[in-house]
Amino acid sequence: MLEIRWHGRGGQGAKTASLLLADAAFNTGKYIQGFPEYGPERMGAPITAYNRISDEPIRIHSNIYEPDYVVVVDDSLLEVVDVTSGLKKEGAIIINTTKTPDEVRPLLKGYEGRVCTIDARTISVDTLGKYFPNTPMLAAVVKVTKVMDEEAFLKDMETSFAHKFANKPQVIPGNMEALRRSLNEVKE
Amino acid sequence: MGIRERLSGNEAVANAMRQIDPDVVAAFPITPSTEIPQYFSAFVNNGKVHTEFVPVESEHSAMSACIGASAAGARVMTATSANGLSLMWEMLYIASSLRLPIVMSCVNRAVSGPLNIHNDHSDSMGARDSGWIQLYGETNQEAYDNIIMAMRIAEHKDIHLPVMNCYDGFITSHSVENIELLEDEKVKAFVGEYHPEHYLLNKDEQIAIGPLDVQPFLFEHKFQQAEAMRKAKDVIKQVQKEFYELTGREYGLIEEYKMEDAEYAVVVLNSTAGTSKEAVDRLRAQGMKVGLIKPRVFRPFPGEEIANALKNVKAVAILDKADGLNGVGGPLFTDTTSAMLINKVTAPKAISYIYGIGGRDVRVEDIESVYKDLQEVANQENVTDTYRYLGLKGGRE
Repeated sequence: MLEIRWHGRGGQGAKTASLLLADAAFNTGKYIQGFPEYGPERMGAPITAYNRISDEPIRIHSNIYEPDYVVVVDDSLLEVVDVTSGLKKEGAIIINTTKTPDEVRPLLKGYEGRVCTIDARTISVDTLGKYFPNTPMLAAVVKVTKVMDEEAFLKDMETSFAHKFANKPQVIPGNMEALRRSLNEVKE
Repeated sequence: MGIRERLSGNEAVANAMRQIDPDVVAAFPITPSTEIPQYFSAFVNNGKVHTEFVPVESEHSAMSACIGASAAGARVMTATSANGLSLMWEMLYIASSLRLPIVMSCVNRAVSGPLNIHNDHSDSMGARDSGWIQLYGETNQEAYDNIIMAMRIAEHKDIHLPVMNCYDGFITSHSVENIELLEDEKVKAFVGEYHPEHYLLNKDEQIAIGPLDVQPFLFEHKFQQAEAMRKAKDVIKQVQKEFYELTGREYGLIEEYKMEDAEYAVVVLNSTAGTSKEAVDRLRAQGMKVGLIKPRVFRPFPGEEIANALKNVKAVAILDKADGLNGVGGPLFTDTTSAMLINKVTAPKAISYIYGIGGRDVRVEDIESVYKDLQEVANQENVTDTYRYLGLKGGRE
């Protein structure tokens, strides 16, 4: 079973991203859980969301304390939240930032595992014209965790975009481009 | 074979309601049950159901409208949580005493105060003696399956009692998980059409519902209500059997997990039962003989079944997500220990644990610690601290 913890800020869509990942994994035949930790909800406040992905039915219904992977949707959280708490050193942290892995590592309290970065802002602005970090972050998570085959993931996402954007199909190519670029631009 | 899906508990329940297509839904939004009337009103707007949706101004009115509609002869459903259930209070008793088969999801949340929107069972546990049948579900699948069975149980000719479909707020209601849905036509065929025997809109039989019921009659009416609750155990089992034949998903009044040779047992409701099964497997791998009992029904209370399942254990922990505030132990604990005594199962040492209050997270390790406590308890001559807290900061001191 793979356990993933997401850190974001209220309104950035970390919860949505965790649900999108759950969806994509579900579509490849997995058992999934996707759930946020609800706190005092307000725009900009730190929020946490979780995924469990498994080949077997999932019975545990607690939060995740020792994740295999951590995803940080907003690098300003690195100085506010203990993002690597409990993170397995065989796992990895994936951070949305313009910085390199070497530049952010000093902020990670001695975390010994893989540090991966992705510039979701630039990719999003280039491909979608606006800052929607979810789509590139999702692809970065697939790249690093190998939770599913990249081609199968792209194919599945194309189908869900076609469904989700049925009323504005013109945005689909940009979203697909965001995924492809992200798969290629993860640094570690 | 059913439809493989992934839904949150609330989405699953709203979809079951769409499939059942009741005549009336009257509801008022309250976290974490809000999504149920929200999704359902979209089904109404999009013509997916024929239901009359009544957006009332309070939960008291929601239950009142449900009662009026049900007495008129309609099939009625609603949903609420916590303080919403509290505000329905007097109407809960009216619904059950008028023998109206209303089905309501209670998405479990702590009752204020202080204000807390997260999960515990203080809402439905407070309503445990209001004459409603109470089903409890571990997962979104069980919340979905239970509400479909609830309709049949409520409307059974020997029962005519309202049913509460209880499941954990956020943990189950808002978590997206795999689920197997039934096809619409199968749900419709399973619940069948509703043809009440007596109802206000029957022009051929003029009746009064809810008149003054003084000394010569109320006692007998209450007895009839109690009889219906007693009969409900058999009816629930019968409906579960038919549901098993339809879906292959087997349910009973209680679920026993690895109890056959268990020396130490935990009794727990809802989502924590899943977490506890993981703890059972981990401890079994270390050689500890541990097991789990999950009541799936709390009213009527499956006392005989629980007591029988416990007769060979050395010690049992009964976990309550609501503190009875009675100086003795949680509601599941007091009912379980009474049942043990009545059924002459007096050997196991029984401990009450209050846990998870106000959404305090419960980990596999927490449940493992309970089993380890039980091992100590079994070896103690005199156990005096039977009212314990799991996950309380700083312990009881």
